Amino acid sequence: MIYALILTQLAFILRLTFMQSWWRNAIAVLVTLLLPLPAVAASIWNMPKGVTPISHQIYDIHMITFYVCCAIGVVVFGALFYSIIRYRRSKSPTAANFHEHLWVEIAWTVIPVLILIALAIPATLLLKQIHNTQASSLQIKITGYQWKWKYEYLDEGISFFSNLTTPKDQIEGAAAKGEHYLLEVDNEMVVPTKQKIKLLVTSNDVIHDWWVPELGVKQDGIPGYINENWVYIDEPGTYRGQCGELCGVYHGFMPVVVKAVPQAEFNQWVAAHQTVKQQKAAAKAKAKQEAADKPPEKMTKAALLAIGKPKYQATCGMCHQANGQGLPPTFPALKGSPVATGPVGKNIDILLHGVSGTAMQAFGEQLDDETLASIITYVRDAWGNGEVNQKAGHAIEVQPSEIANARKE
Amino acid sequence: MSEVAVSTHGVGHNNPPKGLLRWITTTNHKDIGTLYLVLSLIMFFVAGTMALVIRTELFEPGKVLVDPEFFNQMTTLHGLIMVFGVIMPALAGLANWMVPLMIGAPDMAFPRLNNWSFWILPFAFTLLISTLFMTGPAPDFGWTFYAPLSTTYGPKSTDYFILSIHLMGISSILASLNIVVTIFNMRAPGMKWFEMPIFIWGWLVTGFLLLAVMPVLAGCVTMMLMDRHFHTSFFNAAGGGDPVLFQHIFWFFGHPEVYILILPGFGIISAVIQTFSRKRLFGYHAMVYATVVIAILAFAVWMHHMFVTGAPLGAQLFFMYTTMLVAVPTGIKVFNWIATLYKGSITFETPMLFALGFLILFTIGGFSGLMLSIAPSDYQYRDSYFVVAHFHYVLVSGSLFTLFAGIYYWLPKWTGRMYNETLGQLHFWLTAISMNLTFFPMHFLGLAGMPRRIPDYALQFTDFNQIASIGAFIFGFSQLIFLYILFRACILRRGEQAPAKPWDGAHGLEWSVPSPAPYHTFDTPPKVVPAEAH
Amino acid sequence: MSETKASNKRLVIKLTVGVVLMFGFAYMLVPLYTLVCKQTGINGGGNTAAVAPKDMAIDYSRTIKVDFASTVHGNMTFDFRPLNKHVEVHPGETKLIYYYAQNTTGHPLTVQAIPSITPDDAARFLKKTECFCFTQQYFFKGEKADMPVYFYVDPKVPKDIEEITLSYTLFDATGFEKSEEHFTKGRIEL
Repeated sequence: MIYALILTQLAFILRLTFMQSWWRNAIAVLVTLLLPLPAVAASIWNMPKGVTPISHQIYDIHMITFYVCCAIGVVVFGALFYSIIRYRRSKSPTAANFHEHLWVEIAWTVIPVLILIALAIPATLLLKQIHNTQASSLQIKITGYQWKWKYEYLDEGISFFSNLTTPKDQIEGAAAKGEHYLLEVDNEMVVPTKQKIKLLVTSNDVIHDWWVPELGVKQDGIPGYINENWVYIDEPGTYRGQCGELCGVYHGFMPVVVKAVPQAEFNQWVAAHQTVKQQKAAAKAKAKQEAADKPPEKMTKAALLAIGKPKYQATCGMCHQANGQGLPPTFPALKGSPVATGPVGKNIDILLHGVSGTAMQAFGEQLDDETLASIITYVRDAWGNGEVNQKAGHAIEVQPSEIANARKE
Repeated sequence: MSEVAVSTHGVGHNNPPKGLLRWITTTNHKDIGTLYLVLSLIMFFVAGTMALVIRTELFEPGKVLVDPEFFNQMTTLHGLIMVFGVIMPALAGLANWMVPLMIGAPDMAFPRLNNWSFWILPFAFTLLISTLFMTGPAPDFGWTFYAPLSTTYGPKSTDYFILSIHLMGISSILASLNIVVTIFNMRAPGMKWFEMPIFIWGWLVTGFLLLAVMPVLAGCVTMMLMDRHFHTSFFNAAGGGDPVLFQHIFWFFGHPEVYILILPGFGIISAVIQTFSRKRLFGYHAMVYATVVIAILAFAVWMHHMFVTGAPLGAQLFFMYTTMLVAVPTGIKVFNWIATLYKGSITFETPMLFALGFLILFTIGGFSGLMLSIAPSDYQYRDSYFVVAHFHYVLVSGSLFTLFAGIYYWLPKWTGRMYNETLGQLHFWLTAISMNLTFFPMHFLGLAGMPRRIPDYALQFTDFNQIASIGAFIFGFSQLIFLYILFRACILRRGEQAPAKPWDGAHGLEWSVPSPAPYHTFDTPPKVVPAEAH
Repeated sequence: MSETKASNKRLVIKLTVGVVLMFGFAYMLVPLYTLVCKQTGINGGGNTAAVAPKDMAIDYSRTIKVDFASTVHGNMTFDFRPLNKHVEVHPGETKLIYYYAQNTTGHPLTVQAIPSITPDDAARFLKKTECFCFTQQYFFKGEKADMPVYFYVDPKVPKDIEEITLSYTLFDATGFEKSEEHFTKGRIEL
């Protein structure tokens, strides 16, 4: 598309160049160059106008500054090209001898200052608005993790992680890339439209940066501190962005997806989330009660592996790789690793609590007993680990009940 | 004067010792200048190759060549080497060659120190580049090495990086001590402050900037080292520190640093434009004052790099205003250069082409700089390819073009041979066109929302990335022409013999000595002709 | 010529002193920054006890909503959350709220809570007279506690401030332990 645009432009300019008088050419060229500007605004050549009052204003101030720069550019480059064309040696064999002029110097000091003041006024007013986070109706705490986002709706008590869902096959070129390649997640941040939403951005490890161009929000998440920003979304829709601050290996793979829905729909979403949460809690309590009543039912190895393999690839595969080879030294290989082929207790402990000072996270809160047991079983069985464990007399299968017990310790 | 030259040089005749030992033991400013320039040239191709790895990976979405970990190492080392290994040594090389020649001094003030300040550098870069060949990642946290990514989460090679930065810092500090003292005390009798060439002014101010901020960088990396190994917590909130403090200290160094990379270049441009328009520089005093004002403002704008890290409104406003103000002295410089061209008698040899290319493209970089200074819009530009486009416009078509201009301008003086003009012009046009092809689309990418430092991107960014990658390869391979031009003039010694003053419009003491400049020059101080007499 | 040499030496000594001072200045930026944070209350600057002035009057004409949030840093499995989601206070009025903390890491641990207050322009007006964040906290394996925070909002708080967020991030302070005795100061064991 861009090629086409550039080509048409070039063709048009060339055609105009063969017209009679040079000044008509100049005007025509100028007009052709400026013509696409309005069209440009909507395309991928420019900043999106966005869907919030702030993003609209940022867009406006961006365009104003751009046009001011263009105007200055026309004057400066005009003078420059006039000088080098008119006073080339063949036209101007001897140079003039002036080299100072106080008033000229004063003029080109004062005029830019005035232009800058004119630009600073709207910028100041807008910045004030951006800083005004008061009177919000919803508060969402956004925490950056290596390499995913966690969204917590403080008053609603909803909390979830948002992971990239683009399959590895697409990244490595084994499959065709989807429409939202690298910009798709499992759980979007769902928000109501026409409401002022306060965003509290922080981080769990390194500095991340939550950025959605169409919302006009970019805010760093700093470990230990929170930053505030806000959005008021006019239009329902799905808005995509990415982490803006280099945060390690998979910095390019932690997208932000915001789904704005009307208030009523948002309320339903909240209710559904809370019901699911309650059901889960009830089920958990019930299971706990049952577990206390009778010894837990054992899962078969086949059942564990059936769950474990896909869960491993989704949760662990990015770092430790699908073939268990890892990306040493940051992400050690699991194939033949002392943990995966050692005593089972240590293995459970690492998955529950992570390894501090490394990229290995604590999955205790993120995954339930069954999933953890399945993943550990899969890791202890796959890539020849099973044989090693068998020889050494270490268990391969891990039951959900063992995880539950380990949690209590 | 000549006696001192003898005693300080150890070898007081015009025939330096032969072989490798000459270069290791040399205290001659011209030899050391050459060493700096050669190192810079090697590093230019090393870091340039890294840029091509980056652009290859970004040629299309999905994994093309390298994995994300290696990609991060490439972006980090490309940035570090281009700044500390290419532009800064090249500027130091030019200063070594030209400062004594331009002010009529026999050598630098401290010739032995000079030798040392150069020879630290190869070790620094060996240390830095060796991390690529170690088990475990090389530095992969970006050239800005923000904590805690570079402290708590940094790879083991970070310690090599820290040591290497220390060595570069020491080298820069020693070099600038030498340059500042030389300019202060070694000027030929009669050369008053306001008769010094702008290049000398630029380097004098740069020297002070370096002396002021290099120790801050050293402090910054020392704190990192202590955080990593000695249980301090400067940048770790767990122990009462703050990762944001890192950014404050880094950019307190970092912003003056970017002016360090351009101020001497402004001097080169001033010299080249005067020479090839055969007209005295317009507004010499304004130029000098503008340089000084830029240097002062450099210390009051650092937080504009941190608009999205969260800060009180008042702080953001203050730094927005000071940043916008930078446009004023920079604008004055551009206007004065244009006024110098006006009513001149202009020819377009290669140095002039690079100077004019600089003038246009640096101004475009200035425009994007002005746009970035507006804090509300900066929320959208920050950490996107728009910033990448901006700083490549001011560093590639800014600093690098000034270096090219300077090298072509003074090459006849150094080698006694004229470079091949046709090849030089070819080099310019290919470089200028491919430079725009590479970096102009990055403006659009950034505005459309592509973050910087990502190894893979969403589909809508494909077209512009492909244009940029194609441009980058043309740019990279065009530099081989430059290599050949240098090879032809310096090693093959081909090309016509250069007279003492190969450019008819040139003024200044450097043109009063023969070409190539003899091993020792100005053993007796020259007579300074005031500019008014030209 | 020896005159030039001597003056070179003098100048280089002066400049070197400048360089050394600038290296020191880098370190001086640390307390300077802490001072700025303390004055503005941003980025952990509010990590010291305030003393409420005796004659502080309560401004009943205004009500400010104070929200609470918590983050557990890194891989630590610590249960840490505010017991109150938010409270409403009048400027000048001292309030008591609780955070709940339980060490579920499976081993004893010293932790440090770092406070953070937003918006930045309100940060210096929310003052804590007592807080578990003023010292490190030591937790036995499995130990749980309610941790009180006494705070007030300075009546000088700007008129346009209606909402303030107080957030704590809990850090594993292993390696930074201080030799203080009050590792359990200001909390209610459960």
